[in-house]
Order: sequence, then C-alpha cells, then structure tokens
Amino acid sequence: MNAPVNPKKLIKGATGDWEIVIGMEIHAQVTSEAKLFSGASTRFGAEPNSNVSLVDAAMPGMLPVINEECVRQAIRTGLGLKAQINLRSLFDRKNYFYPDLPQGYQISQYKDPIVGEGEVLVDVPDEGTINVRIERLHLEQDAGKSIHDLHPSMSFVDLNRSGVALMEIVSKPDLRSSEEAKAYVTKLRSILRYLGTCDGDMEKGSLRADVNVSVRRPGEPLGTRCEIKNVNSIRFIGQAIEYEARRQIGILEDGGKIDQETRLFDPGKGETRSMRSKEEAHDYRYFPDPDLLPLEFDQAYVDALAEGLPELPDAKKARFMSQYGLSPYDASVLIAERESADFYEAVAEGRDGKAAANWVINELFGRLNKEGRDIAASPVSAAQLGAIIDLIGENVISGKIAKDLFEIVWSEGGDPRAIVESRGMKQVTDTGAIEAAVDAVIAGNPDKVEQAKAKPTLLGWFVGQVMKQTGGKANPGAVNEMLKSKLGIE
Amino acid sequence: MSVDQTTVRRIARLARIAVTDEDVPHLQGELNAILAFVEQLGEVDVEGVEPMTSVTPMAMKKRQDGVTDGGYPDKIVRNAPATEDDFFLVPKVVE
Repeated sequence: MNAPVNPKKLIKGATGDWEIVIGMEIHAQVTSEAKLFSGASTRFGAEPNSNVSLVDAAMPGMLPVINEECVRQAIRTGLGLKAQINLRSLFDRKNYFYPDLPQGYQISQYKDPIVGEGEVLVDVPDEGTINVRIERLHLEQDAGKSIHDLHPSMSFVDLNRSGVALMEIVSKPDLRSSEEAKAYVTKLRSILRYLGTCDGDMEKGSLRADVNVSVRRPGEPLGTRCEIKNVNSIRFIGQAIEYEARRQIGILEDGGKIDQETRLFDPGKGETRSMRSKEEAHDYRYFPDPDLLPLEFDQAYVDALAEGLPELPDAKKARFMSQYGLSPYDASVLIAERESADFYEAVAEGRDGKAAANWVINELFGRLNKEGRDIAASPVSAAQLGAIIDLIGENVISGKIAKDLFEIVWSEGGDPRAIVESRGMKQVTDTGAIEAAVDAVIAGNPDKVEQAKAKPTLLGWFVGQVMKQTGGKANPGAVNEMLKSKLGIE
Repeated sequence: MSVDQTTVRRIARLARIAVTDEDVPHLQGELNAILAFVEQLGEVDVEGVEPMTSVTPMAMKKRQDGVTDGGYPDKIVRNAPATEDDFFLVPKVVE
C-alpha cells in the first residue's frame, strides 16, 4: 500500500494522473469428492438436484459434519501461499436471503479464518516481479445455481453446487493495474493447480474473482472502492478493471463522488453496472455457527502436510534456471503448468536443457497453441521429441530436416529414428558427396564467386544453394567449412 | 442498548418477516425488554474467559472424504410448491 508509485502504472485523466488500487477475493473450489459439510458428490454437470443431501437442502434438523479433506486442502493451500496457519479457527453464519441459499445463511469463517497472512510472488510482463500480500484464506460453502432464462416468470434452482467447499483467498490492495491483476490470478491459479487443491477451471466456475477497484491521486489515501462480483475469466478481469477505473475517474473529474457498491461485469458490453440498490445494502449479521465446534488441529499435522507438498512454481523456476541453464522467461513459460514442466523434464533428461527448452517452447507449444490443444493431448510424446533432439545432436539430421521430421511425427506418429532411416532423411556427412555439390554450385555461378571475394556475406547464399542441391540433407557445418576454403573467404 | 422503530422495520426486512405498522410499537417494546434483559449479563466480569463453544469439552468430529449421500432429486424437491425436471421453481429473481 505504501509502495512507491510506479509512474508507468498511472492513468492519464483530463485533470492529471490517477493511480488504480486493486484488491481481490478469489473463490477457489476445493478439490474433494464430497461437499464441505455433507456426503453428497461435488461432481460437475450432474442432473439437477441429484448431488444434494438433506443437509445441503437445509431440511429441518440436519446437522453439518466437516469433511477432513477440505480442511487438509485449505491448510496445504495456505502453506503454498507461505501463510500463517491457524491451529484453531471458527465457523460463522453469514445471513442473507436468496433462492439458491436454502439455509438462509452461508457457513463461512469471519473473525478467525483457518489461514492468515501470506504472500505470492507475481511475474508481471514487461515489469518484473511484485509481491502481493495475502490477507487471509477461509473455508466456506458455495451456493446453488439459479437459471433465469428457462421460463418467462420463474427462476430454476439447482442445489448441486450448494455446500461445495470454497476457499476464499483475499489479497491486500497491492495491485496497481489490470496487467498486475491478471498476472496475480494466473499465478495463484498455477499454485493451486500444482498443489492439486483446486482444478482452476474458470469455465466451470471452479475459480471466480471478486475484484475491488478504487482510484486515487498518487500519494493520497485510498479512494472509495467498488466491488465487481463473480468475474469468471482472466481476460474479463482485465477488461472489468480497465472499464471500472475509467468510470470512476470520469465521475471524480466531473466533481462527483464514488458510491461504495457491488457491480457486475457484462462481458457482452464490456462494462460494469450496479447490482444492488442502496436500501438493500448488506448486513450479514455474522454470528458463530452453533452447529459447529471450533476447527482444531496440531502443529504436527501441519508439519506433515508441509513435508508432503510438491515442488511449487517459484522453486521449480529457480531450479530450471540453475539446473538447465534456462533464461527466466523460458523457465516461467515451462513452469506455468505442472504438466508442461513434467513434459519438459522428460525431454531434457540426459540432454541439452536449452535445446530441449527451444523445441518444447517453440515447436511443440507453438503447434499445440495453433491447434488449441493442451500438453496432455500432444500427439508428440516426450520420448519422441527427445529422439528428434538426439538425432540432431548426433549429426544424423540437420535442424531444418528435424522440423520436417517433427511434422511427420506430429501427424503420423512413429519412431523418429526409424522414420529418418526409412525415408532417407539422414544428413549427408560424406565429404565426397558434399564436395560434388559445392563444386557444382561454384562452377555454375562464376559471377557470384567473384563477388563473394569482396563481400563474404554472400557465403549464406552459397550455403543455401548447396542445401537445395542436397535436398536439405547436407550437414550445414561441413558445407560452410568447405565453401569457405574453396571460395577463399575468412 | 435499545432499538428505535426504524431499526425494528429494518430487522424485519432483513429477516423477510412482514410487519405491519400497527405491530411496530409493540415489537419495539418487546425487543427492548429482551435487550434490557440481555444487558444484565454485561455486569458479569468475563475478562480473560474464552467464549464457550460447547458445554462438553470435545473436539469437532470430522468426516472422511467420500460420497455417501445424494442421488434422490425427487425427494429433495418433493415439498416444493413448484418444480420442473427436478429443479425448484421460484418467482423470477434477476439482479
């Protein structure tokens, strides 16, 4: 909050510069089989009201019993956020009325959450690394789902999601631009997926963000904020912040003041609009849930969970840089998803780390992106890609032929070594054959030979001609050397 | 602590209880009597005493993570005044 103002982050208004201040509440669905307080399934996409127990439907006399796995996952997430784990936390009732909340209250944690302050290091494109402080993480129940477009005068309510465990992860107001906010959510999602505590699937609503936006003159106290509810894609988070900041600056520059309110982002129009009228301003009347005892565990339990945590993105990135000699950029591309990192390591095993990174990032990821596939659906396996890299390293094929080989393996599959053999793609290393091709090119272009003596950069043209003659199979290094000596260049 | 009539109306509204204007003064009196009664508890010195969460000293029971319930949508919606395809139907609520 008191970090120095970064002039590059400021927004130009009609009357001067403005700084955006953003804090986020991320709702992450806990990965578990059953719900937070009942034995009903959490499976997505089930028939209406089929994943509902009498507890979730809030039938009279039903009592909640906490799912140990959800507690375990919340602690593991807290550890992944380098946060304080509270050995004793409490559940409270947050009271409000809505048709998809049959209890009339949400069981949540108010004053004593399971996880306290932590931090997330975020790489922001073209900016560097920022430290985003976490205020808290608490466990709470999700609500059901209302569908409004099936009937002219009625809403349809499905309680399948009702009672599913959520982790609400609250950041401090440390973000200063839509870029930073997007990078923060991306990083948080990556950490959750590494931990396996949330699948991060935003399309299915497993990860949703409430974004608090305010603006101020640089150096001034925080302005009044508006909360944009339930934004469900990283791109929309960026758009919502941009729109909302401009809206607030517009009001303030016209001499108005910002009303603290809840707003909704409309992706179709790309704008935010007010969601609830003032007289319905929230009064949740929190009080301790008398159905639930305090949530308690000991430090040994936490230590055992810490022991079992996987290697997380920051540690993996540092290791990729030191172990494989990768640039920070390449390392961060590779570690963004755990599956990509594992794939890369399988390719890099026993090979040159940088060459492996180039092939995985440029060829494989490039191709996967083009076809909209993810790494799990890659037609080229780590073993196949490794074999292609080996063939280059052994001088069996040139880099150019390797790309053709990659295409063949991509579309037809098969063992790269056998393909090279059967289709005659082997690099020509026989000096006699290369020499014949070099001599033919020199003999056919006496004028160019003359020019090359004065202009050694023409060598590239000769190399190209020889490669053409040999169908790309001549070893480029050998061709280079031979041409240099025959043309008398150096 | 005591409540005024505006607060009485507000509490009723938050609890979705319809309260007529005639009822308000009488409810105000009742609520204030309750609050006065509760206020007497303030006379007890509870400095350093943990809030009591249970009358018996016990740890909260936890459940194993497994699907043991659900799968009966017909029962879930049986009491609802209006349903369709196992959905609850409610008067349209759009923000």
